[in-house]
Amino acid sequence: MDEFAALIDALIYTRSRNEKLRLIAEYLRATPDPDRGWALASLTNELDFPAVKSSTIRNLLKERIDPVLWTLSRDFVGDTAETASLLWETGQVGAKTDVTTSLSLDEVVGRLSAMTRGTVATELPKLLDALDVNGRYALLKLATGGMRVGVSSRLAKTAFAQAFEVSIDDVEEYWHGLEPPFPELFAWAAEGEDPPDIENLPTFRPFMLAHPLEETEVSLKDYAAEWKWDGIRVQLVRAGHEGEEQTKLYSRSGDDISATFPELLDALPINAVLDGELLVRGATQGGEEGGAASFNALQQRLGRKTVSKKMLREAPAFVRLYDVLILEGEDLRELVWEKRRKRLEGLMSHLPDSHFDLSALVEARDFEHLTEIRERSRDDAIEGLMLKRRDAPYVAGRRTGLWYKWKRDPLLVDCVLMYAQRGSGRRSSFFSDYTFGCWDGDPDEGADLLPVGKAYSGFTDAELKKLDRHVRSNTINRFGPVRETDKSLVFEVAFDSVHESKRHKSGLAMRFPRIHRIRWDKPVHEADRIEALRALIRD
Amino acid sequence: MSAPFSWIRPEPWGIHVVPADAWIDPGRPVGRALVTHGHADHARGGHGETIATPETLAIMALRYRTGVEDENGELPTRATPVEYGETIRLPGGVDATYIPAGHVLGSAQILLEHAGERIVCTGDYKRRADPTCPPFEVTPCDVFITEATFGLPLFTHPPIEEEMGKLLGRLEAHPDSCVLVGAYALGKAQRVIAELRAAGHTQPIYLHGAMEKMCRLYEEHGVELGELRLVSDHAKDAMRGHVVVCPPGALNDRWSRRLPDPITAMASGWMRVRQRARQRNVELPLVISDHADWGELTRTIEEVDAQETWITHGREDALLRWCQLHQRRARALALVGYEDEDD
Repeated sequence: MDEFAALIDALIYTRSRNEKLRLIAEYLRATPDPDRGWALASLTNELDFPAVKSSTIRNLLKERIDPVLWTLSRDFVGDTAETASLLWETGQVGAKTDVTTSLSLDEVVGRLSAMTRGTVATELPKLLDALDVNGRYALLKLATGGMRVGVSSRLAKTAFAQAFEVSIDDVEEYWHGLEPPFPELFAWAAEGEDPPDIENLPTFRPFMLAHPLEETEVSLKDYAAEWKWDGIRVQLVRAGHEGEEQTKLYSRSGDDISATFPELLDALPINAVLDGELLVRGATQGGEEGGAASFNALQQRLGRKTVSKKMLREAPAFVRLYDVLILEGEDLRELVWEKRRKRLEGLMSHLPDSHFDLSALVEARDFEHLTEIRERSRDDAIEGLMLKRRDAPYVAGRRTGLWYKWKRDPLLVDCVLMYAQRGSGRRSSFFSDYTFGCWDGDPDEGADLLPVGKAYSGFTDAELKKLDRHVRSNTINRFGPVRETDKSLVFEVAFDSVHESKRHKSGLAMRFPRIHRIRWDKPVHEADRIEALRALIRD
Repeated sequence: MSAPFSWIRPEPWGIHVVPADAWIDPGRPVGRALVTHGHADHARGGHGETIATPETLAIMALRYRTGVEDENGELPTRATPVEYGETIRLPGGVDATYIPAGHVLGSAQILLEHAGERIVCTGDYKRRADPTCPPFEVTPCDVFITEATFGLPLFTHPPIEEEMGKLLGRLEAHPDSCVLVGAYALGKAQRVIAELRAAGHTQPIYLHGAMEKMCRLYEEHGVELGELRLVSDHAKDAMRGHVVVCPPGALNDRWSRRLPDPITAMASGWMRVRQRARQRNVELPLVISDHADWGELTRTIEEVDAQETWITHGREDALLRWCQLHQRRARALALVGYEDEDD
């Protein structure tokens, strides 16, 4: 555990990507199994200890120190795990038990896994008592997930590949078929044993992703255009020997969401790996012809562990197919897009219309014509266009020049800053999360502001400092960590779409809101009204 | 008979000592200022008369020309020195005594006595030993006006030896780099240098140009800093394996490009919080502060044991809460202009 804590500490203070890779690779080479596997799992966010929640930690601490002092401290630090690691020994006499031997990471993981909601309150303190401040920090981060050490899952895998001189693409390929602490992966990469066998397992294959198209024009000779449907990107996988086939549905991040959409699991009649957009039947996107409801309709079905019959009837899901990666054991990813597209088109007649259709190509004379088509897409409630290089293979991740997403321009509305909250991570202590509102009537006749959204992005570091100062010097009320400001600042907020929502008092919810411009100059009574925002609904 | 302590009034820009018409650490020019120490959020130029310790006045003369003749040979601002332990009688029957605060060279608490009441204003202070200034003295009083910069229970400054060990250890492990330490130009920088000397580091230490004059001033006041060199006078390679000290603002500045593979360190109490260190792109956080930590703040309030504790600047909410929990009468003063200096 000491080595792991030291690694986490070193990573936090390291800026250079190469240095981070070196630190992780060195750790992975020097540390025995299974500790290094657990460390890798923790850096890639693969660990989950359901009994240990942020609230568990909060409650433990509130028993040890005054709740008000805890809240003030947590608010300042911006991170529950770090605050707890710093405060654990405060005011505790002789808290440190005699620790002669250091705990291994494996033991720590074992003890965390064994905790239940009933035992966590007595077991977690024992672990905390056995560690110093850095150890406590690493433990709590490990236990609650989200290390916040500036290491993405991809970077950790790259470090693994570098440590043992194997290909990162192979690591990605095997990754999703394996479980922490990844003994097969280390056996293959570090000991030179056979690679893990995933061919007959329904594992997730890394997605090919797109860059945003910015001020570039592309030739339609080289690129094919498709609509960018507003659902969620999914991968449907069926694999296994005859009679033992299994089907799984994965989200973009590789999460298994099969249970949420059971109707799709029996619908695929052949072994294949398919890439597409998960949508709900409807007539919002692209009208009757488009055949898909708004994202809002799909959202009603996301995040559910079980689905009612009513839900299946009222919001039936289907997959609009973009690509085919593997077909009846044949890996097609090396083929160029045009060839894969042909195979996909040929496949369609074998798939039931009830659950699958093909993402149509958008035909245009030239780029200018395509631009016109894209501009009309808002009326059709479509997010925008995708541009795919005709001669590109299917490669994992985001490669320059192969795929572009070309979203339509965002909607804009002027809102008034109402509340602010401190951010976390690099923004801890800065007021960086803003809730803004629109007028519920004529502000000159005494109308109120109603919150319409919340944004955390779209401003530079210098603007963040200025906004932070604005919040500090214009606070009129405090509700725990939330500051209410004096309603004196206008934000031009950009967003992709707006929908009805029962969750908000204004009855509206924005999709992807971000601060487009800070209107230091604009008087607040000139900000937009709720009606103006409501008029933009396309549901 | 007027209400207790009504002769002293906290205003947003300073503490007004009414009978003497004097201000403690005022944030704007006044006729008569009682200044606790030379940091910019406490000491400003332009006061008619500044009453402070001789060391603080020397710092203010350097920074604001306080008590220095102008080009016409006139004296636009007067400086009245008061030694530690000395009492000065102010108009209106107020006695002011300057007592060591242990914060930086010349830093003082000011004890004010009037109408049989004693009020101590600490300015900034710490309780740890510091080779560059005499230690804080606990002074019994009726009202104790304390700072609260690190007034949250999570702030525990580690022993300075540990932090020096981290710094020298890193230097030893990277003989081809230099360790660039960001440190507040008045006080922190000199303390870090003096502590390095105390830890047995005899190598020359390189300085950013903005630190030179203050280091010389410290030396003139008897603080030994060993061999100091200016970065601008030396070639890049000469600095490999050495400590370089600069103001925090220069850490991520273009200036640092002239250094050989610098490892960025920062000496500050805020470095206790990881994300604070990350925000400043610090690779080697050194938790070194010239302020009292939480344990020292609360211990000091108990030791002084005043009838009332007034809390000036910093994390006043938490210290106020602590006073409530310990049945101590306390209030927070909403003073403006004090900043979270890079300490």
